[in-house]
Amino acid sequence: MAFEKDPFNIIITGVGGQGNVLASQLLGQMLVQQGYMITIGETYGASQRGGSVMSHIRVSQRDQFSPLIPEGKCDLVVGLEPVEALRVLANYGNPGVLMLINTRPIYPIDVIAGNASYPELSILLKKIQRLSRNVWTLNATEIGLELGDPIFSNIVMLGALSVLDLLPLHREEFQKAIEELLPSHKLHLNMEAFERGREAVQKLPV
Amino acid sequence: MSILSKDSPGKKTLFMGNEAIARGAIEAGVQVCAAYPGNPSSEIIGSLSQVAEELGIYVEWSVNEKVAVEVAAAASFAGLRGLTAMKQNGLNVASDFLFNLNLTGSKGGLVIVVCDDPSALSSTNEEDSRPYAKMCDLPLLEPATVQEAKEMTRWAFDLSEELGLPCLIRSVTRLSHARGIAELGNMPKNRPNPRFDTSRPIIPQPVMLTHKALHDKIKKCQDRFEESAFNLYRGPERPELLVVTCGPGWMYVREALANMGAENRAGIVKLGTTWPLPGSFLMEHLKKANRILFVEEVDPFLENNIKEFCAQRAAELEVKTFLGKASGNLPDVGEINPDIVTGAIQQVLKVSYEPRPLQYTQEAAEAVSLFAPSRELGFCAGCPHRATYWSVKNALAMDGRDGILLGDIGCYALGVRPAGFGQMKTCHAMGSGIGLANGFGQLERFGLNQPVLTVCGDSTFYHAAIPALVNARYNRSNFLMLILDNSATAMTGFQPHPGTGRTAMGAEAPVVEIEGLCKALGAQVEVKNPFDVQDTTEAIYKLLQDREGIKVLILRQECALVRVKRQKALYKVRVNQEQCIGQECGCNRRCTRIFKCPGLAWDPVTGKAQIDEAICTGCGVCADICPQSAILKETI
Repeated sequence: MAFEKDPFNIIITGVGGQGNVLASQLLGQMLVQQGYMITIGETYGASQRGGSVMSHIRVSQRDQFSPLIPEGKCDLVVGLEPVEALRVLANYGNPGVLMLINTRPIYPIDVIAGNASYPELSILLKKIQRLSRNVWTLNATEIGLELGDPIFSNIVMLGALSVLDLLPLHREEFQKAIEELLPSHKLHLNMEAFERGREAVQKLPV
Repeated sequence: MSILSKDSPGKKTLFMGNEAIARGAIEAGVQVCAAYPGNPSSEIIGSLSQVAEELGIYVEWSVNEKVAVEVAAAASFAGLRGLTAMKQNGLNVASDFLFNLNLTGSKGGLVIVVCDDPSALSSTNEEDSRPYAKMCDLPLLEPATVQEAKEMTRWAFDLSEELGLPCLIRSVTRLSHARGIAELGNMPKNRPNPRFDTSRPIIPQPVMLTHKALHDKIKKCQDRFEESAFNLYRGPERPELLVVTCGPGWMYVREALANMGAENRAGIVKLGTTWPLPGSFLMEHLKKANRILFVEEVDPFLENNIKEFCAQRAAELEVKTFLGKASGNLPDVGEINPDIVTGAIQQVLKVSYEPRPLQYTQEAAEAVSLFAPSRELGFCAGCPHRATYWSVKNALAMDGRDGILLGDIGCYALGVRPAGFGQMKTCHAMGSGIGLANGFGQLERFGLNQPVLTVCGDSTFYHAAIPALVNARYNRSNFLMLILDNSATAMTGFQPHPGTGRTAMGAEAPVVEIEGLCKALGAQVEVKNPFDVQDTTEAIYKLLQDREGIKVLILRQECALVRVKRQKALYKVRVNQEQCIGQECGCNRRCTRIFKCPGLAWDPVTGKAQIDEAICTGCGVCADICPQSAILKETI
């Protein structure tokens, strides 16, 4: 499968603890299995504690790229949290960028404390829509909670991503990647999370 | 099955940089690996520990970096291959041994990996560890890609053995924590049996002779580096600009030139062997252009050393213009990235390049400033440290003498920030809190009337606090030490330590008890549960009133991230919406505005507190601080 661009640059972003790293690793593994050249850059460490986190994933058929996407060169944002999806556009966005967003907010401490306000979701999504080509949304955290743990939201998002037809991410490839990276007793629920994401994703009407 | 132990030569696999280093060591036949965890290096030994049993190698989490290098060196002295890995600060701890080890030399291949953290993404400093190689006259390699990380590590063992010197590998966060593709090589076949030749003691004396021998070895090393395929040139024969780079800079420069369409105008000298400098290789390429731009992290190591080299060889070279950190073309602090490199090259070559429409950049920046509230770092939901700092704050307020809390490195270092109510007042090296407390504890004689407290984590206690505690006892210092025992090296990924009863390889281990150790050192010791904030507050207050000798208060509660892996929640926590009277209460929203656990939320519509069930881990502490008893904790 040829992409619109080579390298095709993806950012998975969210808040520390949402499973950003595993999502990027699974996505990378699925593509490596099919012969693509992948580089992933992670931001974690101190930022694990409630801070913004992101993974840069660079997909290519011709070369290995650096682990950091240059300014304005992101092609797809997978936002595990809506405000974080917007945040990465400041450095990496461009008018052609595609957005897949989990609509469930995680409130920053300053918002919980009443020192800052969290934007209304509809206004936030409109703004994101203005700054991108297409937006798809779903409440992945809610699905995660229904499956017993909000941590599944990252897998739900991968499922959602697989139906957008931007990358060759099939169910079988996902299963292989899960089997490679996680203990076998975790397969069933992860497969279910993946399916639920496929069903739930919707394009945001313009 | 871990990718580290796969015997499938030629298979292309996605590796984290640190795993690639580990795999390189495995392919080289490493037998002993030891380290103290520290980001961004932790996954090297961490991933080796997962396959140690299977591969028949020995892996340990050592108590600190100096001991770790000594453990790996012992293997080398016995003819085996040894590996140690650490973060930049760790090399400072290990350096005392290193400055003797260079003189004695090594036998079996000995590789010391140092992972620097430019911009201090998970560190207290952004120290550049490369000058150690120059100071110690040791070979230094800097991988630029994940594949190279694996290849260099494997080669470093051969080089070390050939030279009889430990070999340093310097990685950085953007390589260690990046993932990329590396091709698997062959698994090792024969492993030697250990034997120490007692007829030949390994000592640095006579120093003049061993120092001279060291200089001879490093000269021989330079010859090897001249031929190394890790150094290369890419670009036109007569470029307008020569960019000298190493590490991840190599990828950034390539992409920047490609994006700007300037590949025909600039050439890249990519160095993989950065000390000693490969002089003949450099001479060949330095002649190509007279403008030279250095791209490296963090300090101008290549920049200064190559300038010095050019001065020495000035007669053979034309006049050069050096561009880099000294000239202000690149920042002299922080990590570099593709955009910084693009900007620097754009300025030098006067290329016009716009990565995206300017209007978009402005609109996106404005949207983020309006709609994306920033995320202050905080403790995780249910973290025992939040409860501890809450008690410290209240105990110090009750005491009223403006007590000083001295701290150090670990998750609890967030105690300097709003997350820890700003209680921690100093942060330096591992164990520095108690070291400073030793000193502050002596100042009463000059009139210091503030009580002295220090805070230290369980892993840090073993790493660096014990000698300071001995010092305190011996010199009759006076302070209260809080040991925050969360039963893990939490900051770096929950590695086991001497207090956890487990080794790196998963075997049972005797527990080195903190209480027993402190008591043996003559401290007055108490143990409390930090989740019981009232009891803890009273204990701290009481211990501060007795101003004689050292008091140790162990605050024991498992790291919330470790606990939730095993058991979901201690309590089911909810807010009784009738009982919570919101702003009317007069508590100033104690739960959300003051205690600020991310598991809590404030509903602006009802004006009452709530629990965010996706975040709350059920520690129940907020139930104890609510003056209305509106937050309920129910045992599960």
